[in-house]
Amino acid sequence: MKDEVTRDDRIAGLKGMGTSRKRVEDARFTQGKGNYVDDIKLDGMLFGDFVRSPYAHARVTNIDTSAAMEVPGVLAVLTAADLEPLGLHWMPTLAGDKQMVLADGKVLFQGQEVAFVIAEDRYAAADGIEAVVVDYEELPVITDPFESLKSDVVLREDLDPTADGAHGPRKHPNHIFTWEAGEKEATEQVIDAAEVVAEEMIYYHRTHPCPLETCGCVASMDKVNGKLTLWGTFQAPHAIRTVVSLISGIEEHNIRVISPDIGGGFGNKVGAYAGYVCSVVASIVTGKPVKWIEDRMDNLMTTAFARDYWMKGKIAATKEGKITGLWCHTTADHGGFDACADPTKFPAGFMNICTGSYDIPTAYLAVDGVYTNKAPGGVAYRCSFRVTEAAYFIERMIEVLAIELNMDAAELRRINFIKADQFPYQSALGWEYDSGDYHTAWDKALNAVGYDNLRREQAQMVEDFKSGKSRKLLGIGLCHFTEIVGAGPVKNCDILGLGMFDSCEIRIHPTGSAIARLGTISQGQGHATTFAQILASEIGLPADSITIEEGDTDTAPYGLGTYGSRSTPVAGAATAMAGRKIRAKAQMIAAYLLEVHDDDVEFDVDRFVVKGAPERFKTMKEIAFAAYNQAIPGIEPGLEAVSYYDPPNMTYPFGAYICVMEIDVDTGEHSIRQFYALDDCGTRINPMIIEGQVHGGLTEALAIAMGQEIAYDDMGNVKTGTLMDFFLPTAWETPHYTTDHTTTPSPHHPIGAKGVGESPNVGGVPAFSNAVHDAFRAFGLRQAHMPHDHWRVWKIANQLGLHG
Amino acid sequence: MSKKMHITLTVNGKEEEFLAEPRELLIYTLRERLNITGPHIGCETSHCGACTVTINGKSVKSCTMFVAQADGADVTTIEGIGGPDELHPLQEAFKEHHGLQCGYCTPGMITRATKLLEENPNPTEEEIRFGMAGNLCRCTGYQNIVKSIQAAAATMNAAKEAAE
Repeated sequence: MKDEVTRDDRIAGLKGMGTSRKRVEDARFTQGKGNYVDDIKLDGMLFGDFVRSPYAHARVTNIDTSAAMEVPGVLAVLTAADLEPLGLHWMPTLAGDKQMVLADGKVLFQGQEVAFVIAEDRYAAADGIEAVVVDYEELPVITDPFESLKSDVVLREDLDPTADGAHGPRKHPNHIFTWEAGEKEATEQVIDAAEVVAEEMIYYHRTHPCPLETCGCVASMDKVNGKLTLWGTFQAPHAIRTVVSLISGIEEHNIRVISPDIGGGFGNKVGAYAGYVCSVVASIVTGKPVKWIEDRMDNLMTTAFARDYWMKGKIAATKEGKITGLWCHTTADHGGFDACADPTKFPAGFMNICTGSYDIPTAYLAVDGVYTNKAPGGVAYRCSFRVTEAAYFIERMIEVLAIELNMDAAELRRINFIKADQFPYQSALGWEYDSGDYHTAWDKALNAVGYDNLRREQAQMVEDFKSGKSRKLLGIGLCHFTEIVGAGPVKNCDILGLGMFDSCEIRIHPTGSAIARLGTISQGQGHATTFAQILASEIGLPADSITIEEGDTDTAPYGLGTYGSRSTPVAGAATAMAGRKIRAKAQMIAAYLLEVHDDDVEFDVDRFVVKGAPERFKTMKEIAFAAYNQAIPGIEPGLEAVSYYDPPNMTYPFGAYICVMEIDVDTGEHSIRQFYALDDCGTRINPMIIEGQVHGGLTEALAIAMGQEIAYDDMGNVKTGTLMDFFLPTAWETPHYTTDHTTTPSPHHPIGAKGVGESPNVGGVPAFSNAVHDAFRAFGLRQAHMPHDHWRVWKIANQLGLHG
Repeated sequence: MSKKMHITLTVNGKEEEFLAEPRELLIYTLRERLNITGPHIGCETSHCGACTVTINGKSVKSCTMFVAQADGADVTTIEGIGGPDELHPLQEAFKEHHGLQCGYCTPGMITRATKLLEENPNPTEEEIRFGMAGNLCRCTGYQNIVKSIQAAAATMNAAKEAAE
């Protein structure tokens, strides 16, 4: 006799929320059958590439393309003069500024796009680039934002120096905006009257998301049908379609944007780049498909830097360590054009989450954006908009305050945490934190690493160092972070006027399988796996029977894409809500089939059962078929739903991270003995994927904290333009991580999920950096700027007089 | 342009013969000429390993080798390692242990790992981390890649034992 299928078996069969379902994406990726943009080949496809400026600031006095046109295989060379009649020599940025597509009389950063060579293949394009002769007249270069605000050198001569910018008044021709949050006077009064004040300048250096796949696209203008198809590495395909339509004049229904498989994004692939515009124009001009793919140097030098925030802070507290006020002034280096990817009303992103996990009654934040001769960008590299800057700022300020108070930094955090019963919590800088239980997470983390013993061992190592027995020090890097993700409510979040909702459309097929399409796009997060799990739990069909499709604007519902950990909070919610619409109709069908009133059936895992008579039921599979073959009075045939979800609030994931690091005083080398990461991302959809996201985000944090930077010399030359100089950790340099969790669901999210992909970067950077600082605390170190590569750590030791 | 060179290659068991410029890189040959798009381009400076293939039994980064240097060689790419009918234990293990996310590094990573396990069928975690250090991954933090390779090693060793 066949074993009875239990309710638990039915739940397990769905592979729904909470299961470590294996990824459906992996079959093609492990067999080399992914389809990334550079894998796309079309008949007659051409290849475009840029002539780039070797100078960081110069006038372009002449461009001679005649020799290039003689190069075999070169078909055309575009310059700003060619784009001007189309109005495409400049393009709008996501930050309300505009940016040159091709150099219009001058260049503002090294690597800036000057001309676009279109050729039969990459080699011919490279030959053509060599043959383009550009005459430059060098101008004074400014790479320091503080100097820029004092300089007589006007970088953006195209702007009226006295006119307001996109975000209000400008103080200087090289000034972009001032953005403020909180109470300035009240905060200054608190600081003036405080028993203890710690003051510090925290620099979060310029770096780059550097996904393994660079940016690129293929544009194909079908002149017969008037349709443009654009494949590309787009984290926000729908927004790209709208931007392309707005700047090209091609009606949106005639543009199809497709994001194929994307080889990592991390914020790099949110923006609109000159390569996209030039490829589209080149395809229109030549009548052939045109591909543009960045090389690694192009990528690091020109598309989408991250950070570059100078954060001056003051934190006030009582002698007992209760924080009374926080003040921050940030000078933000935005480069030559303001191309930050932030919601319109937030030119400094959500930097005003910088009160962190702490109950700080009074606070003030001001951010000044500044033009310099560096690449434009300012994207959120594996974080929500400027949240990693905010988290690094507050977690460093807490450490500095602990030094000022001569107090244990873990205890200082504990006595200032927002308490569990204070949620929903109104922060002094304007956010409403949805839920949290910081004390529980913190205690769990400290216990897990044996915090008190570590402090004793650290003290012993300091003694041994002082007595000459050892040359190693121990750093205990603490971090308790609160993120703000899931942008966002349409009432205050938009990009280029597009509300930051997201969407899901579901079609149930007659035989009980389904396809769901979303406005987001996976870049490795495993959406095809996890969104099917949400639906499986919501509609009672197995995840294995649900296809998830994203990234094709002709088929997917409009959405704002994937960045800022918004996919689960926003599109995940849309998925659940669309699933509930399916279920509501299924309930009516089930009631009809079971000949009872709608209210007399209830959903149970994968079926609707008659209340009180569980033996009378219709499975979702049966209901799906009935939707297509029964004439049910008052109910349309079919079983489909669409949901556009406008989140009522952001979500606030949090976590407690501890890094235990040994440092060799004589070489500056570090060795990470232990890294413990506790994440609370609310309801957990797929623990395996969460763990993978945490490992990856921590490794990106390791890179940023310990060596990775986009560095410039005084001439504006990029010093870190290849993977020789730009640090990406290998397996050898990456430590083993211990992951853990608590679960505090979001009260306003349909399934209580908060998002996790970016938490480990937000929390990881302060944990690694604080470990370095903590190792030298006993010798008087207060602040040393990242990245903490061996040379810089050696210098810290040297400056503290530890080399004898 | 310089004179074209006559090249013969065996790629995934299939003989290929063509004329190529001396400057043509092997990754270009594979991806553009032969439509073998499993190996990817990540850095073009030999750092990232996304283009890793096996040439005459050795792991090689095909982005910095001219095809002329590989004339007469036997080349294996991810496409030659296993397919839908018979996956390589490493392909199975990477799926099973979440050893990949965006998938861009994966073909090179698995291709390299096949050689690592040939050279050392029982690697420790440290040996795997050292032996895989020529292949960068931006997504996974390597922990599950290590786990995947260990699991594949165990499967392959068990199969070898059963066969003996």
